[in-house]
Amino acid sequence: MGTLTDLITLLVDFVTSHAQILGIWVAAFFTLCIYSFLYRDNPFYRFAEHLFVGLSVGFGIVISIHQGLIPFAWDPFWEAVTKREFMGLLKLIPIAIGLLFFARLIPKYSWLIRYPIAILIGIGAGRAIPNVMDAFIFRQVHGTLTPFGKIHAGELGFFAIFGAILMLVGVICTLTYFFFSIEHRGVVGRISKVGIIFLMVGFGSAFGNTVMGRVSLLIQRVDFLLSDWLRLI
Amino acid sequence: MLEKLMSIDRRIVFILVAIAVIIPTLLNVRFPITVSQPTRSVYDFIDELPPDSTILMAFDYGPSSLAELEPMAAAVLRHCFSKNVRVIGMTLLNVGARLGDRVMSQTSAEMGAVDGEDYVFLGFRPGGISVILGMGTAIDSVFSADYRGKPLSEIPMMQDVKNYDHIALVLDLASSGTPSTWIAYINTKYKQQVAAGVTGVMVSELYPFIQSGQLVGLMPGLLGAAEYETLIDTPEKATAGMSVQSFVHLLIFVLVVVGNVAFFIQRRRAQ
Repeated sequence: MGTLTDLITLLVDFVTSHAQILGIWVAAFFTLCIYSFLYRDNPFYRFAEHLFVGLSVGFGIVISIHQGLIPFAWDPFWEAVTKREFMGLLKLIPIAIGLLFFARLIPKYSWLIRYPIAILIGIGAGRAIPNVMDAFIFRQVHGTLTPFGKIHAGELGFFAIFGAILMLVGVICTLTYFFFSIEHRGVVGRISKVGIIFLMVGFGSAFGNTVMGRVSLLIQRVDFLLSDWLRLI
Repeated sequence: MLEKLMSIDRRIVFILVAIAVIIPTLLNVRFPITVSQPTRSVYDFIDELPPDSTILMAFDYGPSSLAELEPMAAAVLRHCFSKNVRVIGMTLLNVGARLGDRVMSQTSAEMGAVDGEDYVFLGFRPGGISVILGMGTAIDSVFSADYRGKPLSEIPMMQDVKNYDHIALVLDLASSGTPSTWIAYINTKYKQQVAAGVTGVMVSELYPFIQSGQLVGLMPGLLGAAEYETLIDTPEKATAGMSVQSFVHLLIFVLVVVGNVAFFIQRRRAQ
């Protein structure tokens, strides 16, 4: 028994003193496991993928418990009980409503889940509608038309005027493409075809930025492998 | 030859991309970075803030976006600490808590910033929109303590920062749709200035908010980080990364052109 304890202590000491190096080797191993998928699907990739998903979920749950459930539900409830501040027990109402989400797990009472969902949708829609309408529609329309006021006041240069007109044309043509109450023939058809060009430019921009983002991830991993792991840089 | 080109094994493309990344990384190639206006706008806004102003940085990203957003976070933090602009850190994503704490601790140690006086990291609170709106009323109603459990009432820099009225800028470093949420709920409701630093994947959808004035500025992925490093004259990982990126973009450009030319030649021959 003593030998086993000594062995565990020795192992813990070793891991603690070499934590950084071990961390780098583990990270390098899993990086290579993930990239091995580029050759073909294999057990190393599957192992790394499953471990990543499991760790992410586990980490998320622990953080949510420590930074959400405990300070917002458990601590106020326990304080109310221990200090006999019974007004604090009002917290039990939202806690109980939240717990109704788990009614889904009991088929007989699964209908109870409708109450928390109804409350969430009601609050969410009530909060979202005025703000989202303002931010994503009114302010965007305002932003599209404001430059024309500046053009009228003579505040914009040639390229800014060109940009403002191009943007207005783009908005009108793209919206026309998504307007299905009129058949896309004749003038409407031609305008919607111009809208397709603007959409393609938009998709191209998004694709280019996506490539940049994905390559950035590769560069960071290669940098890690070459500098931290292999120490070639 | 043409048939071989059209049916090239995708793994050969992977090897070419790997070579295009590894060789420039080993050779430590550096190209000059040209700064775009949206990134400069973020820099200018922070640069013009008087000392002891406060900005809020939301670290709304996870490990999968670390490569693009952590260099950006570090560059902005360096700028803030050098200008004596105080920083409140927080996150709406549970996986962002550890990452935000890490970059704030590392950068503050490097710049000599003091926890509780020059910066504070509040961590994560679940709720998303409720958290954003709650902080508009009172920050301590949402975050009663910082990430390490120290009550906000005992943190010196939080004595005069109670809600968005005392925050000059909210900068959201995001890998998901949170910038739109910040814009919709605090720019619209509280007239709070908002800026964003986002992954390359989502930058296109946020450009309209610059035109409308709902975003002060926008930093696009690793490029935004490299631009900010250039502006503060501290080239780091992002600057090196963007130089390597240029080689990969060149390779992809060549592959796209060759692929299209081969496709059209093959189609003409078939006709």
